[in-house]
Amino acid sequence: MQDVENIVNGQKLFLKPEYQEVFKNKKQFESNTGSTNPEKVIEIAKWTTTWEYREKNLAREHITINPAKACQPLGAVMAALGFENTMPYVHGSHGCVAYFRSYFTRHFKEPTPCVSDSMSESAAVFGGLSNMKEGLRNCKALYKPDMIAVSTTCMAEVIGDDLNAFVIGARKDAEGELDNTPIPAAHTPSFVGSHITGYDNMMNAILQELNMVEEGVEAPKDAERINIIPGFESYLGSLKEVKKIASMFSDKIVMIGDHEDQWNTPAGEYKLFAGGTPLSVAKTARGAGTTISLQKYSTQATAKTIKGEWKQNYVTCNPIGLGGTDEFVMKLSELTGKPVPAELTKLRGQLVDAMQDSYPYMHGKKFAIWGDPDFLLGVVSFLVEMGAIPVHVLCHNAPRKNWEKEMQAILDKCTFKEECHIWAGKDLWHLRSLLFTEPVDFMIGNVYGKELYRDTKIPLIRIGFPIFDRHHLHRYSISGYEGALNLLTWITNSVLDALDEETKEIAKTDYFFDCVR
Amino acid sequence: MTTETLLSQHEAVIAEVLEAYPEKAKKSREKHLGVDTPEGVKGACDATKSNKQTVPGVMSQRGCAYAGSKGVVWGPIKDMIHISHGPIGCGQYSRAGRRNYYIGTTGVDTYVTMNFSTDYNEKDIVFGGDKKLKAALAEIDALFPLNNGISIQSECPIGLIGDDIQAVAKGYKKESGKPTVAVSCEGFRGVSQSLGHHIANDMIRDEVLPDNSYKKDFESTPYDVAIIGDYNIGGDAWSSRILLEEMGLRVIAQWSGDATYKELTIAPKAKINLLHCYRSMNYVVRHMEQEFGVPWMEYNFFGPSKTTESLRKIAAFFDESIQAKTEAVIAKYTAMTDAVVAKYRPKLEGKTVMLYVGGLRPRHVIGAYEDLGMKIIGTGYEFGHGDDYKRTKDELNSTTLIYDDTNEYELEQFVKRLKPDLVASGVKEKYVFQKMGLPFRQMHSWDYSGPYHGYDAFAIFAKDMDLALNSPVWAHTKAPWESN
Repeated sequence: MQDVENIVNGQKLFLKPEYQEVFKNKKQFESNTGSTNPEKVIEIAKWTTTWEYREKNLAREHITINPAKACQPLGAVMAALGFENTMPYVHGSHGCVAYFRSYFTRHFKEPTPCVSDSMSESAAVFGGLSNMKEGLRNCKALYKPDMIAVSTTCMAEVIGDDLNAFVIGARKDAEGELDNTPIPAAHTPSFVGSHITGYDNMMNAILQELNMVEEGVEAPKDAERINIIPGFESYLGSLKEVKKIASMFSDKIVMIGDHEDQWNTPAGEYKLFAGGTPLSVAKTARGAGTTISLQKYSTQATAKTIKGEWKQNYVTCNPIGLGGTDEFVMKLSELTGKPVPAELTKLRGQLVDAMQDSYPYMHGKKFAIWGDPDFLLGVVSFLVEMGAIPVHVLCHNAPRKNWEKEMQAILDKCTFKEECHIWAGKDLWHLRSLLFTEPVDFMIGNVYGKELYRDTKIPLIRIGFPIFDRHHLHRYSISGYEGALNLLTWITNSVLDALDEETKEIAKTDYFFDCVR
Repeated sequence: MTTETLLSQHEAVIAEVLEAYPEKAKKSREKHLGVDTPEGVKGACDATKSNKQTVPGVMSQRGCAYAGSKGVVWGPIKDMIHISHGPIGCGQYSRAGRRNYYIGTTGVDTYVTMNFSTDYNEKDIVFGGDKKLKAALAEIDALFPLNNGISIQSECPIGLIGDDIQAVAKGYKKESGKPTVAVSCEGFRGVSQSLGHHIANDMIRDEVLPDNSYKKDFESTPYDVAIIGDYNIGGDAWSSRILLEEMGLRVIAQWSGDATYKELTIAPKAKINLLHCYRSMNYVVRHMEQEFGVPWMEYNFFGPSKTTESLRKIAAFFDESIQAKTEAVIAKYTAMTDAVVAKYRPKLEGKTVMLYVGGLRPRHVIGAYEDLGMKIIGTGYEFGHGDDYKRTKDELNSTTLIYDDTNEYELEQFVKRLKPDLVASGVKEKYVFQKMGLPFRQMHSWDYSGPYHGYDAFAIFAKDMDLALNSPVWAHTKAPWESN
């Protein structure tokens, strides 16, 4: 029973003997093998760690287990929230939207605005036009957005709703209420690609909608202007740092799709929307001299529009790690015609200094890492820069073209390259087998690595998306020189924490429990 | 303030909030909002429309049928594997978020926090995915030999593209000899997660309860009961079970938090089914009553007053020996909960609360707050039906705003006008109200604490509410140089 002087929650309550008795007693009614034949569980658990199991597991084709990806509309919601006063609007069931909102909110610990038009059975039969007509008007009336960014769910895609015609129809019927509200619409079927594809499709739709020009008319040009598209970036600090670096070169560099403030609003007052790229800025994106995408594989359709339709100079950079940031900085220098500012050179020097201080702890350490394609290209190159060994690089949503080649080129620079493997299209249950058969010292990944940590005891360094069980990491940068310093700090100190764990045994290993490392 | 003034004030608030809607939406929404009082006869609890289509274009807090089936009813059954059948998203967003606690070796004999998905791609949509599903079932059995059955939880496209998952499940069950249950809980069905609960219940009725393999050798006692509609969030069912066992009953099944397949099949052997979440499992207890003659009884284990009342109600169904033991249990724990009340009530007395949750909580938790001297001034259901609202009426002790399927806009407006001291709702709402400097507790996940069911759990509940309301952090919201 609870001791009122020391009330404990479930964590410790259930350790009390009376509850342990409850658990024991329950077993007689249970059918899980742990209750009927515990030895068998030990046997099978052991079997799941073998090479035999690994081969069976890697041969799996039809069932995905513990994925490391999500579906398109999630990314579409992020893209939409990168624009000022923009409501993400999902044409489909409200269940999807409840999931997207919870998912982002659990990660950022912030509210996530997004509406749906609550399609149900009747919409499945008759199509979702009436939902769209009513939904857009209600959305505008209640939340007063300046733009409504429509994406779709698999339901709307399967029944084949004609999105553009629906938007036009809804506008016509709205008695003028939607007249001055841009309503970009993107097809974001959940059964194609992943959340980064949805980001791309929504970004593309928004830029197209806001930058339409009549045939034969030239969009006003500003050759000095540079657009930066961040991609599906879950590190708000990265957005901030990229903007800071850009501002050192020119005040004509703008971020297109800047969701930094939306998920970082101060206490005191609740506002539905915060920050975001002003629509006036987004509307002139076409006239810029260059667009830089920081996530090549999250912006492939967008790239086609910029290169093909806008005939604009389009480049990709990946400012994660030292080399990636150097390239980004040099690209900005080249595009603006300005030398790299002394301040950046100093920041770079400080980062390199820190890398040289800490390298012995990362050098030769084996890592498993998973995440989105561009995230991996960046963080893996940093691991290689530090002399670490990325043994398992797993990308569940790996793009079919070029990504593996690009990753291989990075791994080729690794001193221990023959130990490194790329696992494209594999999930985290595959990774479990890989970790048991070819173990590593550390894992880098999102919250879903938690169960891998429990099962394999390999420490998890939380870098990625989503992270639900640690707070405030998303506020930091992983991009730029300061972002690389954060990566260095987190990884090095995790190595040192593990070293302390391993050496803390009194009178046995604690001679190595050093106060100075 | 008199009931009449409060009543008219609340009604004025509703009228104001409705003003923002276009005509059609306003007409629809006004039927879902109202005021009720303990005295009134035809208040909002009788009149409120519920279980209707959500108005399109608003930030509804509702989920879908898949969420109701996979997320609520089936997902917690620990020794079965539940496939999220369709595209990748649904399974990922609903993975391990509900805190359905269980004991087991995850990935070996139990699987609750894992995500199994058929990860549909375009080809599966165009050509159908039945073959893929069949192959997926075989792969699961090869890699997880200790699973005691597989359920297939349909996502939206399945029903739309005409896949015949029932046939696949039937065929596979025959081949493998293992329970294989196809649940057509596509997200577009119905208006909320509620229909998903119903569909899930129906599949348990059709595919699980007829299985007599465990019933055959089951040795009954006169004191066998089943806990139905407890999802063991944060361990709720465990802190409930202990009380029933101490009063001399034998809990033979727990549905479906920490449940095993066997417990699902033997529940009809209970002398009575004890139903906590009426909304999500009333269908199957009604069926067990009709088919197996098992009576059922609703109970409420939130807060000592309701727990004691419920224990006595349950005991009354059994003989005097049970009743005597029950009194002893009540006496034993009441000493503790009295001390909890003495400790926390002075710090919480008179504080007002607005609730917006789902299932049973919009009414069941009222008593627990009142045990702490707190007052509910507004409550509503995400996916309740008329019978939920009728049951709510009995719990009201003051003039209460009633809002059905309320959305983010309305809730924000109601809170701004009614100014409760605490808002108790879900994760999507949490940070909205915290930003306003309002204490908030998540009442779906117990805000990562709990359990909240039973006497021991009340101590945690009280401690958590004190933590939320009396934390120094709320006082920092305004900067010293800002005027009030």
